[in-house]
Amino acid sequence: MICPVRSNSSNLPTKNYVWQREMKRKWPLILVALFVLILLSCDRKDKDKSFSPQIAGDTPAYGDMIIEGSLGDTKRLIPMLASDSASGRISGLIFNGLVKYDKDINIIGDLAKRWDISEDGLTITFHLRKGVRWHDGVEFTAEDVLFTYQKLIDEKVATPYSGDFLLVEKAELLDKYTFRVIYKESFAPALISWGMGIIPKHLLEYEDLNTTSFNRAPVGTGPYTFEEWNPGERIVLRAFKDYFEGCPYIERLIYRIIPDEATMFLSLKAGDIDFMGLSPIQYSLQTETPYFKNNFQRYRYPSFAFTYLGFNLLDDRFKDKRIREAFAYAIDKENIIKGILLGLGEVATGPYPPTSWAYNPEVKRYSYNPDKAKKLLKICGWYDSNGDGYLDKNGQVFKFTLITNQGNIQRKKCAEMIQHDLSKIGIKVEIRILEWQTFLHEFVDKKRFEALILGWSLSRDPDLYDIFHSSKIREGEFNFVSYKNPEVDRLLIRGRRTFDQEERQKIYQSIHLKISEDLPYLFLYVPDSLPIIHRRFRGIKAAPLGIGYNFTKWYVPEKEQKYKIEIVP
Amino acid sequence: MDRTNLQILWVRLKKNKIALSGAIVILVLFFVSILAPILAPYNPAQYDSDRILHPPSAGHLLGTDDRGRDVFSRLIWGTRISLSVGFVAVFISIFIGVIIGSLAGFYGGKLDFVLMRIVEIFMTIPTFFLILAIIAFLGPNLINIMVVIGLTGWTGIARLVRAEFLSLKERDFTEAARALGISRRRIIFHHLLPNAMAPIFIAATLGVAGAILTESALSFLGMGVQPPVASWGNMLTDGKATIEIAWWLTVFPGLAILITVLAYNLLGEGLRDILDPRLR
Amino acid sequence: MLFYFLKRLSFILPLLVGISLLSFLIIHLAPGEPSPLGADMNPKISYQARARLKNLYDLDKPMIFQYWQWLRRLATLDFGRSFIDDMKVSQKILKRLPITLSINILSLILILITAIPLGLISAMRQNSFFDKTTTIFVFIGFATPSFWLALILMMFFGVKLGWLPIAGLTSLNFSELDFFGKIVDLGRHLLLPVFVSAFTGLAGLSRYSRSNMLEVIRQDYIRTAKAKGVSLGRVIFKHAFKNAMLPIITILGLSIPALVGGAVIFETIFAIPGMGLLFWESVMARDYPVVMGLVFVGALLTQLGILLSDLAYAWADPRIRYK
Repeated sequence: MICPVRSNSSNLPTKNYVWQREMKRKWPLILVALFVLILLSCDRKDKDKSFSPQIAGDTPAYGDMIIEGSLGDTKRLIPMLASDSASGRISGLIFNGLVKYDKDINIIGDLAKRWDISEDGLTITFHLRKGVRWHDGVEFTAEDVLFTYQKLIDEKVATPYSGDFLLVEKAELLDKYTFRVIYKESFAPALISWGMGIIPKHLLEYEDLNTTSFNRAPVGTGPYTFEEWNPGERIVLRAFKDYFEGCPYIERLIYRIIPDEATMFLSLKAGDIDFMGLSPIQYSLQTETPYFKNNFQRYRYPSFAFTYLGFNLLDDRFKDKRIREAFAYAIDKENIIKGILLGLGEVATGPYPPTSWAYNPEVKRYSYNPDKAKKLLKICGWYDSNGDGYLDKNGQVFKFTLITNQGNIQRKKCAEMIQHDLSKIGIKVEIRILEWQTFLHEFVDKKRFEALILGWSLSRDPDLYDIFHSSKIREGEFNFVSYKNPEVDRLLIRGRRTFDQEERQKIYQSIHLKISEDLPYLFLYVPDSLPIIHRRFRGIKAAPLGIGYNFTKWYVPEKEQKYKIEIVP
Repeated sequence: MDRTNLQILWVRLKKNKIALSGAIVILVLFFVSILAPILAPYNPAQYDSDRILHPPSAGHLLGTDDRGRDVFSRLIWGTRISLSVGFVAVFISIFIGVIIGSLAGFYGGKLDFVLMRIVEIFMTIPTFFLILAIIAFLGPNLINIMVVIGLTGWTGIARLVRAEFLSLKERDFTEAARALGISRRRIIFHHLLPNAMAPIFIAATLGVAGAILTESALSFLGMGVQPPVASWGNMLTDGKATIEIAWWLTVFPGLAILITVLAYNLLGEGLRDILDPRLR
Repeated sequence: MLFYFLKRLSFILPLLVGISLLSFLIIHLAPGEPSPLGADMNPKISYQARARLKNLYDLDKPMIFQYWQWLRRLATLDFGRSFIDDMKVSQKILKRLPITLSINILSLILILITAIPLGLISAMRQNSFFDKTTTIFVFIGFATPSFWLALILMMFFGVKLGWLPIAGLTSLNFSELDFFGKIVDLGRHLLLPVFVSAFTGLAGLSRYSRSNMLEVIRQDYIRTAKAKGVSLGRVIFKHAFKNAMLPIITILGLSIPALVGGAVIFETIFAIPGMGLLFWESVMARDYPVVMGLVFVGALLTQLGILLSDLAYAWADPRIRYK
């Protein structure tokens, strides 16, 4: 390849010679080996293999640290800008709203001590707590609330939550600790909308909320103060000593970002994280060992979400309610729960999970009955006329495409099981799994689908106006199935306007009944939440709201504290 | 003349144990993929809620996955996917790469300049980005995946061929051929290309292997072949969540990928040893 | 030669602009639109909010306008702000660059010091037991899916033995460590990723050096040197080695873009916040500014890498002439 005459070495860098000699003696390899040995021999923090069981009567102690695992990173920490769950979780610990839910899902005061709602339901007057301090020591007042409201409706602020607040006619300060808001029309979900985190006026008055560095180093009134954020790696929060409900026991919280579930589980096992949500398989099959039983505590309670099969009601076939009913009988929901959730969930009968106060226990249930399904389809003209195993009508085979988004294993499996169930009664289903953005914008928003599988994770307030009202069918709005029932429309509006809890309950239970009869969605299941936490944390009590409601009251007894954290005043 | 060459090739192949073993494995895989419907004991898409995550047993040779599907059957059917992805993608890559590379290397000058800039543009746009965009656009199915991997993998081959041509062009035998008045086309195809074959072969075998690995990488990100179709890549991805308790879900597809990729590489290496005229 | 070099250099800028335009088109033509609102389906996000946000980010303006804005800002090296979290794109990229770079460079070094000797020795002892086992060894490395190997090693070294951290870049007490402590901590976290990366990447370079060495060894002048009585060692290292290594240098030049490419899968499994993950997340969220920034930086480095590699090649082999 190269002319021999030119192969003298002067053209080449001399380090080649050094290279050759060292390489000959394989020194680099030895060096690497040495280096590796040094690294391996360094002490890793002690793993707790054995653990003393919970002793009754432990006294709450301050200190220690909890490490929580998260798949995604937080994006913005200003509450009104936080639209993903990770940001929501962290900003929820740093900020307070005026109200919040207690463990039984009743609205109680947070920054507001109490409130009055006028007779006509248009005015809410909040009486705020006195003596609450921001993390930087300044006192919290109603000015901060007014400021928060102004930013929420400000066009230049990139907040997705302006909707609820645009219904406000006027907001005013009555005095330093009283805030009044007057609505254009009575709006029951208004109260809980004030659970939105309040931001400090004195720090953000002259800032552009979208780009301010405050997003990455927030100051709130909440139980935890912000300490550090390594993007993509972790967020560190510290207990706030002057928190108005009392300083939290756990001194430090670390939110570790681990994008892969398999890695996260291994981290849990190795003791690198203390707290994560388990998948059904992890719960049933991987955490049943003595090691897990001794070192961790698991919880199981119904989540506030449901998965459903949505029909495009503009489609000729799915327009017909009998066909939707046939589907409801043809699909074995219990088997789906067994197969996908390993039994860790319940059949969903409507848009409300069983733990919601709007849940109506007496709605119609469609238990698995393929014969009935076939009969119903036959009545509509669909039966197998040519013996090919598929239903047909006027020469057309009953087939459709079922779409769902990529990245969600449960929905994928769901689609497959539905495909299987429907094939048994002669309906041909083709599954298409689409990338999320494409799915959302090209298919769902533009209503270019026949049927889809999706889920809703809902707020505790049962107002579903945005999802089921017949006016919400514009592109990008949430009634993408095009459901229209004038009676339900009326009920939805009434439900929003009434403040009386009993009356609301009747209204929403009635909505539950009607929707479960109309079947715009085929409601599939409500999965269980399956959090797992290291044994040393006490004070955790599962309740309808979950386990996080009293997070500030969790503690680790002094003897069992794993991380010696110096308590900073 | 040709017959004797082929015979020589055959004799050499038989002697080179490494290449031979590679060839045999590939042949076996080829037959498995064709006979998949006969060989697989179960329907690879048949889920069974009662048999979730069963270890290898008499009924299910290689166990079941998290939907109760038989791993062995899926592995067999997966052979089709992996082999076809490898084959078609690399074929496309080589086709495009050889044409562009040989033209650039032989003609040089302006054509070379322009072609090489095109190559650079392709090399510069991150492969995954391109693959994602196209697959998101057109949907993640087998054909799109094969074509996209092929369309993004030709740049290496083009550069390789061009480099070979550039140096071969200056060799004595080329000058001789030109002096003799042999047409340029003949020079390219009959003289230069055969000499450039060896690196192309190596590149091809590494390419097939790479394509199979790329498919599994795409599956990891959810952009690979979609269920219920079984590919070794998506079997691996589905199995990784339960890697601790269900080792069979990742070990067998992993081994399948390993053996296949190994076979292709060994074959390539062996062929290289056999075909390279400079090593005789 | 110099003229050629300058000619190439002058083409880089228009090339970069062309590539940026191409990626802009691709990402805009790909279905979906950026959601500064995040990817969650939140019924609280009202119709008006969506329209407002679109307007805020200029997304409702024509594409030409958006591209022109981007280009203009580029002139001042302002890559704009990310849609997802409003951080400056340059900041986002610069934060992740060193991580990806270090892992890739370390892995490259490891590959170099293992692959080259392996390749050379295999060539010298062609078809021996050593050669055969090395071949199979490196190919196994190539064929093993990296995430699978990563998980297994994590399970073994991290969970079972507890010798190495499971994932992540730094320990929780990183900021409290002294300088030496920091190095060791980083080292322990990077050991597995670098090892897996190197192990799976060995094949290419070792086979290449082997095949080059084989070619060189067969050359007449080597035989001449041997016949002349030069010792085998000197023959190898004075003549064969250098000539076999030159193509390697050109390959190194081409690896520069890979240095910043980062592998998504890798970073996902090891929870390392690198460029690969950033790229993936940005594309999935249609975060145009970040994607454009990354493509631009990647393109720039690729161009430089290619140029360097071409120059090295030309300088090494005097028979190649560029006009």
